[in-house]
Amino acid sequence: MVEEIGTTEEGDLIINVGPQHPATHGVLHLVITLNGETIKKVEPHLGYIHRSIEKMCESLTYRQFIYVTSRMDYLSAHINNHACALCVEKGLQVEIPPRAQVIRVLMDELTRIASHELWWGAMAMDLGAFTPFFHAFRERETINDIMEETCGARLTMNYMVPGGVMADLHPNFQKKVKEFITLYKLKIKEYDELVTGNIIFQNRMKGVGYLSAEDAISYGCTGPTARGSGVSCDIRKLYPYEVYDKLEFDEVLETEGDSFARYMVRLGEMNQSIKIIEQLIDNIPEGDFQAKTKVVLKLPKGEFYSRVETARGELGVYIVSEGGSTPYRIKFRSPGFSNLSALDHMARGHLLGDLVAMMGTLDLVIPDIDR
Amino acid sequence: MENEELKTTITALLPSATFEEDGEWLNINIESKDWLPFAQQLRKGDSLFFDYLFCLTCIDWKTHLTMVYHLSSTKYRHNIVVKSKLDSSNPEIETVSNIWRTADFHEREVYEMFGVNFLNHPDLRLLILPDGWEGKKPMLKDFEDPINMIKL
Amino acid sequence: MWNFSNIADSIHKWLNLTFSPTLATIIEMVIVGVCVIGLFAVLGLVLVIMERKVSAWMQIRLGPNRVGPKGMFQSLADTVKLLVKEGMTPTGADKFLFNLAPYIALIVAMLLMAPLAFAKDFQMWDLNIGVLYIAAISSVSVISILMAGWSSNNKYSLMGAMRSGAQIVSYELSAGFSVLSVVVLAGSLNLNTIIQSQADGWWIFKGHIPVFISFIIFIIAVTAETNRAPFDLAEAESELTAGFHTEYSGMKFALFFLAEYVNVFIVCAIGATLFLGGWMPFHIGHWEGFNHIMDYIPSSIWFFGKTFFLIFLIMWFRWTFPRLRIDQLLNLEWKYLLPISLFNILLVTAMAILGWYF
Repeated sequence: MVEEIGTTEEGDLIINVGPQHPATHGVLHLVITLNGETIKKVEPHLGYIHRSIEKMCESLTYRQFIYVTSRMDYLSAHINNHACALCVEKGLQVEIPPRAQVIRVLMDELTRIASHELWWGAMAMDLGAFTPFFHAFRERETINDIMEETCGARLTMNYMVPGGVMADLHPNFQKKVKEFITLYKLKIKEYDELVTGNIIFQNRMKGVGYLSAEDAISYGCTGPTARGSGVSCDIRKLYPYEVYDKLEFDEVLETEGDSFARYMVRLGEMNQSIKIIEQLIDNIPEGDFQAKTKVVLKLPKGEFYSRVETARGELGVYIVSEGGSTPYRIKFRSPGFSNLSALDHMARGHLLGDLVAMMGTLDLVIPDIDR
Repeated sequence: MENEELKTTITALLPSATFEEDGEWLNINIESKDWLPFAQQLRKGDSLFFDYLFCLTCIDWKTHLTMVYHLSSTKYRHNIVVKSKLDSSNPEIETVSNIWRTADFHEREVYEMFGVNFLNHPDLRLLILPDGWEGKKPMLKDFEDPINMIKL
Repeated sequence: MWNFSNIADSIHKWLNLTFSPTLATIIEMVIVGVCVIGLFAVLGLVLVIMERKVSAWMQIRLGPNRVGPKGMFQSLADTVKLLVKEGMTPTGADKFLFNLAPYIALIVAMLLMAPLAFAKDFQMWDLNIGVLYIAAISSVSVISILMAGWSSNNKYSLMGAMRSGAQIVSYELSAGFSVLSVVVLAGSLNLNTIIQSQADGWWIFKGHIPVFISFIIFIIAVTAETNRAPFDLAEAESELTAGFHTEYSGMKFALFFLAEYVNVFIVCAIGATLFLGGWMPFHIGHWEGFNHIMDYIPSSIWFFGKTFFLIFLIMWFRWTFPRLRIDQLLNLEWKYLLPISLFNILLVTAMAILGWYF
């Protein structure tokens, strides 16, 4: 047990960051070897909230298992559900009505903004500024209210079902979303004034946690973490699903590869999400919100893989079916797990204070890592 | 590269490989002993350049285990799936964590969940499970744990 | 007009009439001691509620609003909670030092109160080397933090203490130099003389740009010396959980907490005294009429007004800025603030010799 040992043989200090620690945003346990304040090694110990979702899903039907996945990356619960629904639909070969497709994309993008807003506040809090957290939550609340009206829940929505979405949009949806866009455009300037332009923030983030493009690919980093290093990896662009191929939006890329680049990518993504929502909000097609599917879903024998872009990166759902109503084996390739594996490489040689900046910009959600 | 081209290139590299095309991507079945040199060629080969291992997992088929590697190229944007059967009584395969570093964590996860022994892995320890879990492989189909129930 | 000096004088006279001079002095000391402890408690309560309200205001939320009118008794309730909590001592800790550290922190803060002039002619100890005394005593505060960090037998505490040691020792230089610039201009180490020298205008206005620079450096340095954000590396809750007081609980923690707030008050009071004239009303040169109107505002209100303005400023920093990293913190001091201070003191000295101030 590492906990028993205070120092290594070379006289380096070993400290446990977590499992209960303010900077880890959950029960992540990092064992850090320190030489003074300089990090020599970061060793993650996972599993404090491992619920074995993959094993659980093996005994759940294709309709049921989607709900468990909301509990993985709870900040982008919609997108997790979406990935699972897509995978089941691939197996069933159902055509999803256009209305459902648009609703799914709208919800995904709203979730992405909500997730990035929470990240923004939490990251600022890691760096020692408390106020941005509350400012971020102010806007996030609006999204949660929109979600609550349509889905009936604020965090784990369980709105996506195989074949479409569970219920039609609330009549207020369009109005509320437009109000949110106006509010967002007004408030996003505050974000820049409060954090982006702040000299201390920039000094804390620039040049910290450098990850080269090759390393990012090799470590399997995806999402804003990899895009901060200039790796084009947006699944929405590369392997478009739903209506993403018909939409106009940019993949935000920064080439510096440091924490500040990752920060800028996420801020840019929020703007791109707003752009997507603006394109769709007035063009929601009429029609069914759900395709007709059988009550008991049975996937044919085979293997199905779906990839979506969550707020943290690429989420892959791999279903191996034996033809029954439950999956034989299911694997969630979660973005956080791979992103975390790069932390040791990034952190070596930096100071302890930089570690929280790196963890902040990796946007770790622990249930997503542990599953 | 399209699947047909990939097939020809890969057959040239590894004649013993067999292919399945019923899935979304080209599936390649290989012998576990061929895996390490084959993986190196997949990563290094100029026309293949599979630099991104986006999923690494294992399936328990009760009679045997299957390692599944999903590979992608960030340069050519082609994807393949490599599968290798493992003996369930003594599952072992060469590690690829020095080729794709993301395999480090994923192989540790497979090691503790399925008991697959990754040869030459730099740091094959429990990652997710608590200390003292050695010997029990929770993701195997015959695993039952009445105390920590994970089947619903 | 009511002010503290009349009350103090009448008490002094009455005591001397009633008791023998020795006894009167002892009674006076007891009264002063009780007053300081009372002031301590009140300041702690007021500053905590002020901090919470200021932060709530900046963070678009309400803040405490349940206990008492507008939540004004919240900190009183918190004190009661802290009093009845168990004060734990970790097993591996050096018990004597661990329990001693919070008291040293508190005693240092109390000692610093002595030479402060709270109002006109209202001072516990009119010391002729007041500024030197403050500079000397405030350096002791680092000992309590080092003691707490070392004796806790906790790595986070130790790292917090070491950071704090490096930080306080470094920033004391800048703080010292900026204080020195006013001492040079006023020509005295006595706080009362310094205040009197600002009768025709505060030093921040009279001293041109050099004193203004000193003032800014002073504010930065004292923020660092009191371990407040953006220089709260000794606590740094997202890195070191709670830094040097990780292992403290109950009243021992409360004493650290209290000492922090009282230290903030004291450094702001010193800043107000040196740069903003202390209890001296806002006077402009020889505008007798204007100055006379300003004199109608009691001197204690001037003093507390200025002090609380500076406290608000320091709170504003805390709720706006992120934390610096340890190397950036030391770079800021040794590479920027210290050279600027050194050059600045040269300018101020030249100014004082040549008489280039109002």
